[in-house]
Amino acid sequence: MLKLAQKAVAAALLAALPFTAQAADKSVKVTSIVEHPALDATRDGIRDELEAQGFKAGEGLRWEYQSAQGDTGTAAQIARKFVGDRADVIVAIATPSAQAAVAAARGSIPVVFSAVTDPVAARLVKSWEEPGGNVTGVSDALPLERHLDLAQEILPDLKRLGVLFNPGEVNSVSTVASLKEAAGARGIQVVEGSAPDTNSVLGAARSLVGRVDAIYIPTDNTVVSALEAVVKVGQDSKLPVLAADTASVPRGAIAAVGFDYYDVGRQTGKIVAEILRGKPAGEIPVQGIETVTLSVNPASAERMGVTLPEAVLSRAEVVQ
Amino acid sequence: MSLIAFLGAIETGLLFGLVALGVFLSFRVLNFPDLTVDGSLPLGAAVAATLIVLGWNPWIATAMAMLGGAMAGLVTAWLNVRLKILHLLASILTMIALYSVNLRIMGRPNQPLLGEETVFTPLEAFGLPFYVTSLILFFVVALVIKLMLDWFLSSQIGLAMRATGANARMARAQGVRTEAMVLLGMALSNALVALAGALFAQAQGGADVSMGVGVIVVGLAAVIMGEAVMSTRVIILATLACVIGSILYRLAVALALNADFIGLQAQDLKLITALLVVIAMTLPGMRGKFLKRVKA
Repeated sequence: MLKLAQKAVAAALLAALPFTAQAADKSVKVTSIVEHPALDATRDGIRDELEAQGFKAGEGLRWEYQSAQGDTGTAAQIARKFVGDRADVIVAIATPSAQAAVAAARGSIPVVFSAVTDPVAARLVKSWEEPGGNVTGVSDALPLERHLDLAQEILPDLKRLGVLFNPGEVNSVSTVASLKEAAGARGIQVVEGSAPDTNSVLGAARSLVGRVDAIYIPTDNTVVSALEAVVKVGQDSKLPVLAADTASVPRGAIAAVGFDYYDVGRQTGKIVAEILRGKPAGEIPVQGIETVTLSVNPASAERMGVTLPEAVLSRAEVVQ
Repeated sequence: MSLIAFLGAIETGLLFGLVALGVFLSFRVLNFPDLTVDGSLPLGAAVAATLIVLGWNPWIATAMAMLGGAMAGLVTAWLNVRLKILHLLASILTMIALYSVNLRIMGRPNQPLLGEETVFTPLEAFGLPFYVTSLILFFVVALVIKLMLDWFLSSQIGLAMRATGANARMARAQGVRTEAMVLLGMALSNALVALAGALFAQAQGGADVSMGVGVIVVGLAAVIMGEAVMSTRVIILATLACVIGSILYRLAVALALNADFIGLQAQDLKLITALLVVIAMTLPGMRGKFLKRVKA
């Protein structure tokens, strides 16, 4: 049915497949769902930590990185490729890639996830303490209690906290649910402002004016992309804007107890190194964020009608 | 490229072949540019995943997903034929509405299926590796759907549907109820896409609200690639071309994933995929020109 030329093309495609021989080197194959500053920083952290632990790419370590570039079909194919290549460890960054990797590896190859907020809800592991199934990793669940501590320290009269997020982002939805619980215990009411895309962030921020005492921005890709719109609303309406990530502070958020995805990567790299040295992945507990930094922007705080307490300023590691 | 990666590409190709068949039905048979697909694929995934987690039989959950897809197609067609909204806009409206609908169905943006009983579970009892069982299942499903579509498009109703797409005015003059044909065709088309979504969620470990992004582009690329590499004069070849085109596209992706040996990096993936698709599409024509030159 196929013409000769098509057969020739098919043959050429097949012939081009490099059947590489397996070397004695350890191989670590990393994938993420899409290019993103946080996800890329995680990847770099993993690579640097492995290098610090004596697994240098190109010198005893075969390192490969693939991005699905936003396509779930490609994410499935990358997972299959890594399993087919018999990687020693597969590292999957962000939930969709992690699910594809776990579905393809089926326990035969250790999978370490990173930057997944709720690995139990995503069915990647059975529990944080005993993950099992040859899977473990680092969760990037926000240290919300510390965020609320900071918010109350800056604004002692805080009663209504607005939160801006995209209801389509799995991590944001779970963050907001946890935030409501944590804030409720402190008698703070959470008011949601939803922005399904970057163009609706400004409108969502304006909708909170007059209904809240402060705006909190979780690590939501959509809202953080359009952070300047929120900062503008905050400055115009004297509404302090607090962020969950320190990178948003120089952009105008007044303060943040944040963590660096590079550090999340370093933490993930430590787990990968343990597995390369022979420890079964399923026996390593899932870890939460360990390293945090306080970053403040007093100038932006003034423009939003707030003076940062001296205690906060003196504790801050980064002052804009 | 390892065997697992190669079979994985064929498998994903067969699965997106269902999307291509759906797109073929709307774009080619009905001449209806339908972007609903970007919403009906995650819709199928969402319905199937949610029902499976609730304890439904995975095959019934998959059938319900198809029903959901058919309803999405009906909404687009209804907006067009009844409310007279331009077809392209009607499909965009359904697509964006489905984003919220899918979030409502799942109750959250991601519904994992890892460890749940899926349509693949009974096949695993045979002891074959998973990358073989899922390939066999997808091959059978794609083949059955293709044959059913061939039969349908040569039936009385199918011919009336093709006439509607080719020349609606002439079809109406012949007594064809063209509006009913558009409604039926769009329902079928999106049911196929939702089927792909339902199976994909079960193979991939979960449904995600973002999984529909760009599906229409891939589906359309598969249809057009298939047409470029083989003859589509008769329906049985045209439907085969959709599946072949889809597999070729996925092989191009798999090959691009292995392109690091010539100094290419992860960020080049889509560029390399596009270049490989161009090569796959133009080589047959180049050969014709070359032969002519040799003869002259």
